Amino acid sequence: MKKILITFLFAVLVLPTLASAGGGGAHLDKVDVDLSNQESLQNGARLFVNYCLSCHAASYMRYNRMAEDIGLSEEELKKDYMFAATKVGETMTVAMTAKEGTTYFGTEVPDLSVIARARGVDWLYTYLRTFYLDDSRPWGVNNGTFKDVGMPHVLWKLQGLKKAIYKTHEDKEGNKIKVITGYETVVPGAMSEDEYDNTVRDLVTFLEYMGEPAKMKRHDLGIKVLIFLAIFFVFAYALKKEYWKDIH
Amino acid sequence: MSKMTEFMGWVDARFPATKMWEDHLSKYYAPKNFNFWYYFGSLALMVLVLQIVTGIFLTMNYKPDAGMAFASVEYIMRDVNWGWLIRYMHSTGASFFFIVVYLHMFRGLMYGSYRQPRELVWIFGMLIYVALMAEAFMGYLLPWGQMSYWGAQVIISLFGAIPVVGEDLALWIRGDFVISDVTLNRFFAFHVIAVPLILLGLVVAHILALHEVGSNNPDGIEIKKNKDANGIPKDGIPFHPYYSVKDIVGVAVFLMFFSAVIFFAPEFGGWFLEKDNFIPANPLKTPEHIVPLWYFTPFYAILRAVPDKFLGVMGMGGAIVVLFLLPWLDRGKVKSIRYRGVIYKTALAIFVVSFIALGYLGTQPATPILTNFARLFSVLYFAFFLLMPWYTAIDKTKPVPERVTG
Repeated sequence: MKKILITFLFAVLVLPTLASAGGGGAHLDKVDVDLSNQESLQNGARLFVNYCLSCHAASYMRYNRMAEDIGLSEEELKKDYMFAATKVGETMTVAMTAKEGTTYFGTEVPDLSVIARARGVDWLYTYLRTFYLDDSRPWGVNNGTFKDVGMPHVLWKLQGLKKAIYKTHEDKEGNKIKVITGYETVVPGAMSEDEYDNTVRDLVTFLEYMGEPAKMKRHDLGIKVLIFLAIFFVFAYALKKEYWKDIH
Repeated sequence: MSKMTEFMGWVDARFPATKMWEDHLSKYYAPKNFNFWYYFGSLALMVLVLQIVTGIFLTMNYKPDAGMAFASVEYIMRDVNWGWLIRYMHSTGASFFFIVVYLHMFRGLMYGSYRQPRELVWIFGMLIYVALMAEAFMGYLLPWGQMSYWGAQVIISLFGAIPVVGEDLALWIRGDFVISDVTLNRFFAFHVIAVPLILLGLVVAHILALHEVGSNNPDGIEIKKNKDANGIPKDGIPFHPYYSVKDIVGVAVFLMFFSAVIFFAPEFGGWFLEKDNFIPANPLKTPEHIVPLWYFTPFYAILRAVPDKFLGVMGMGGAIVVLFLLPWLDRGKVKSIRYRGVIYKTALAIFVVSFIALGYLGTQPATPILTNFARLFSVLYFAFFLLMPWYTAIDKTKPVPERVTG
């Protein structure tokens, strides 16, 4: 009985970390996002509406829901966050149509509402930090995490522009393979490396929130539910003991 | 006579309320030695109810329309009051249903609960399992994410491997040349009404068959062989109140695990809600790895282990069909693993390892090495069943006690 319970616990706690679904391939930098940090969320939201929300929509996210969740007043929301909408109850849509997007970028521009759930925060954090100069691409940049991505380096003024450092090695069949080992700044940006990393972390924190607004409250509620169930268990167990006294 | 007794008398003259209560609960005598493994039957019933109730609420806001389905799920997650909780209960409930059912079936394997006279209990149970797989498969299309779409595409195209009628059959199931709005609509109809009705009917049949013959127990002996002067089994206790209060304890523990997942890991690291399913279905873009949800992966691994597509489909179907035959494959002199010999214990252990290994392999890309492993475990899976008439007959069993123990 005990062994089984331990196996169960193991399954619940350890299995999720073994998950292999999605991602794979390139190395991803780990990022710690903290959904309880309102400053980080607000900074991320500002970055999102300024840099992302002209091509990318977040059409399942409502402005006023965002304001409520990340601690903004309606005035702040209207003044600093709402450029593409007039009513606070609207969702974050963009004027650019899907067809226009395909014309400009060669591929459909994805909606970012649940992008953090599809890609994961580590992927987004790495992706936004690995743009490098590549003349063969229409926007002059390529990406070390998402090869030949259609998106330009929107944050280049903050990060600056980098070039990739390559290493060539031979695989088992003797084919020469060129891999990126790092990046070197060519044009410096407005931010230092650390500042830029923090900025991207804030943006990713916001994307993580936007992927699942309920995450802000489900942990707290979960603890209450578990405490209730623990108390319920004690009573249920005592009731069972009482009834089973006469069974031998 | 109290008013209540009077009222029940009135009802009982017209409907067998008291009789049913007694036959199935207060005077249904279950063996007193049920252990941990006997919680999963009542838990499965509870999860079924949970799925139906949460499903009803989801249906109130979900739109079975290829253009709106994905967005309506996100609408439930964001704009519907408590929608996220209802949705997570339903999605987590699906996986927990299979966990509970697999453990319930494993209990049957350990204690020989499928053996004479409980063959029909087992058959009805297996039919529930098959209906449950259909229910889960069709439900998984509804969120209309990439995995919903491509998972359904892959599985339905398997029907195309059947000679002569295959392609037409796949077309008939989809209602279109690819998975489309038509498919989504019919899967919705099956998922919310047709299959649940079948499931409920089968569950009733499963329980009626069980209560007709009486429950097995960890000793695998028939408690009805030892009755007292009143005709009550000496080792039996009324299901209600003894097992009803005991099962409530099981429910409390189960709900703790269930809630832990719902509130702290609803995706369960991609096992319960796959990452790719947060990308809307795109018929023009095939995902890198198409992986069915974990509860199907043992059979998916068997499918891929066979080099020929049609034979692979047969292998996958066979892996389920062979489970139906279990009552007639087992020729052991005893039912319970407690009194079985070393051969059966080893065989069961190999089977469990094979099933879990196949489940893991089904989630991995089919590299040559992994495919060879999948072949090995597929052979072991079938060997467990096909060699059973032989190894259970020669196995050295221990003497079975007259009365239940511990």
